[in-house]
Amino acid sequence: MLQITGLTHSYGGDGLKVLDGLDLTVPDGQLVSIVGPSGCGKSTLLRCIAGLIQPTGGRLTLDGRPINGVPDDLAVVFQDYSRSLFPWLSVRDNVALPLRRRGKSRSERRAAAEEALESVGLHDAGRKYPWQLSGGMQQRVSIARALAYRPSLLLMDEPFGSVDAQTREDLEDLVLQVHRTEKMTILLVTHDIDESVYVGDRVVVLNRSPARVHADLPVGLPSVRDQIDTRGLPEFVQLRAEVGRLVRGGARVPGAAPVGAQPAGVAEAKGAGAKPAP
Amino acid sequence: MSFRRIVFGAAGVAGAVALLEVVSRTGLVDASALPPATTVLGEAAKLAVDGKFLADVAATLQAWFGGLALAVLVAVPLGVLLGSVPLLGTAARALVELMRPIPSVALIPLAIILFADPTQMKMSLIFYACLWPILINTLYALRDVDPVAKDSLRSFGFGTPSVLWRVSLPSAAPFITTGVRIAASVALIVVVSTELLAGGINGVGIYLSSTQAGGGRTDLLLAGAVWAGVLGLLANLALLGLERVAFRWHSAKVEAIA
Ligand SMILES: Nc1ncnc2c1ncn2[C@@H]1O[C@H](COP(=O)(O)OP(=O)(O)OP(=O)(O)O)[C@@H](O)[C@H]1O
Ligand SMILES: [Mg+2]
Repeated sequence: MLQITGLTHSYGGDGLKVLDGLDLTVPDGQLVSIVGPSGCGKSTLLRCIAGLIQPTGGRLTLDGRPINGVPDDLAVVFQDYSRSLFPWLSVRDNVALPLRRRGKSRSERRAAAEEALESVGLHDAGRKYPWQLSGGMQQRVSIARALAYRPSLLLMDEPFGSVDAQTREDLEDLVLQVHRTEKMTILLVTHDIDESVYVGDRVVVLNRSPARVHADLPVGLPSVRDQIDTRGLPEFVQLRAEVGRLVRGGARVPGAAPVGAQPAGVAEAKGAGAKPAP
Repeated sequence: MSFRRIVFGAAGVAGAVALLEVVSRTGLVDASALPPATTVLGEAAKLAVDGKFLADVAATLQAWFGGLALAVLVAVPLGVLLGSVPLLGTAARALVELMRPIPSVALIPLAIILFADPTQMKMSLIFYACLWPILINTLYALRDVDPVAKDSLRSFGFGTPSVLWRVSLPSAAPFITTGVRIAASVALIVVVSTELLAGGINGVGIYLSSTQAGGGRTDLLLAGAVWAGVLGLLANLALLGLERVAFRWHSAKVEAIA
């Protein structure tokens, strides 16, 4: 269980807050989509959770223990995927490197890397170098690296931004499948509202910087999803419209979405029609 | 290197040799001050099998490599330390900037006092001269390592030493090698000038000053200078080759951006 209370962060000394009192609780094994306007602090939030930056205020705990430093069993897919790969290592070695932390032998690491590359559709790229690949292929390498590690907490920062529509759908389904079989907790930042609803167990909408949770919507769709069928469901269409409105800063339409048991930190939503916090 | 570049380069050298030849043979310049190029090259060829001259070359190479190796051994770890601990780096910066401009040759008198052995004396001056380019390249390369690359290894739970070893050093390595290449060419200048100015028993610089004893043989002087140039060229090519082969990822990335 990941618990975030009153998370506040400002970079440098200017005191300009990027995050301001953000509350979020994520139970184990949930897949949370995070959407919000560009520059609102989504990447900053993930960096705080990953223990890569020390937030200026607030509390973060993972399974009850405060996060200082990088938590165990974590993997991050960075928004700057190409800068996060190591150009001096082959694609396969890039994917295999983190597995050293898993105490695996060289051949096991390589086999796991090949398997992960295969799963993102890059079976014959292992011997190439990252700079010999297209942007979309590099992005898939960084996804493969995170998946091969089999983390219990996976943070993905706009992981499918550079791939074509077809590959994107395949990758969404891959994440859903891995999420189901490995029972990992996943936080996935995306700009794509359809995607946030399609992959999420829950969609968290952040508001303009300084970011807080603007709305927190459970996704009441069947857990097994299908690119064609799920996107055609009336609940999907309705939810997508609501998330769209919320991202644009509109107020929540009462009763538009299924309302489930919501964790703490619901709806900092402003304006008329906002759902009152339970 | 492309075939075109080799052909054009060779043509350029041949042209310069021919020009020198003509200038000297036609008496445009006094032939004893500037001997014809063919004479110089002929003498240079003879030097290649001259045991005494080869001993001079060996002595110069010994001091050159010794001093350079010592500088690498000290400057790289020091640069890594100063480059990865920001406070130390800032504290050392002023000192580095103060020491760096002192030309090594200005320290020759001091080196003569400190070291009786000429090889040690030369090596210490080379060491001093090479320290700065290597140190500065290492320091800045370490500070400029992409934070996203470091964070991505860190996020998988790797500690600071692993990040240094697996991310910072590999990404700084091409810049460190460039520093070594610059240092190598500086070192050649320092070793030859030290030999010229401070004397000693063996060395290319000693040979060069010996050609001026008595009447003075400009052709021999220039033949020696040709060999000094060849040594510098070879060292540069070897290090450039290393950069191209070992750091292909680096040049490829730079080309991709350009
Ligand atoms: N290292 C940094 N130093 C100073 N300011 C920063 C730094 N990183 C981000 N910021 C600022 O913090 C704010 C939030 O940045 P962040 O990258 O978290 O946004 P984001 O929601 O991920 O945006 P996007 O959707 O465009 O990726 C921005 O205003 C940005 O300028
Ligand atoms: Mg971002």
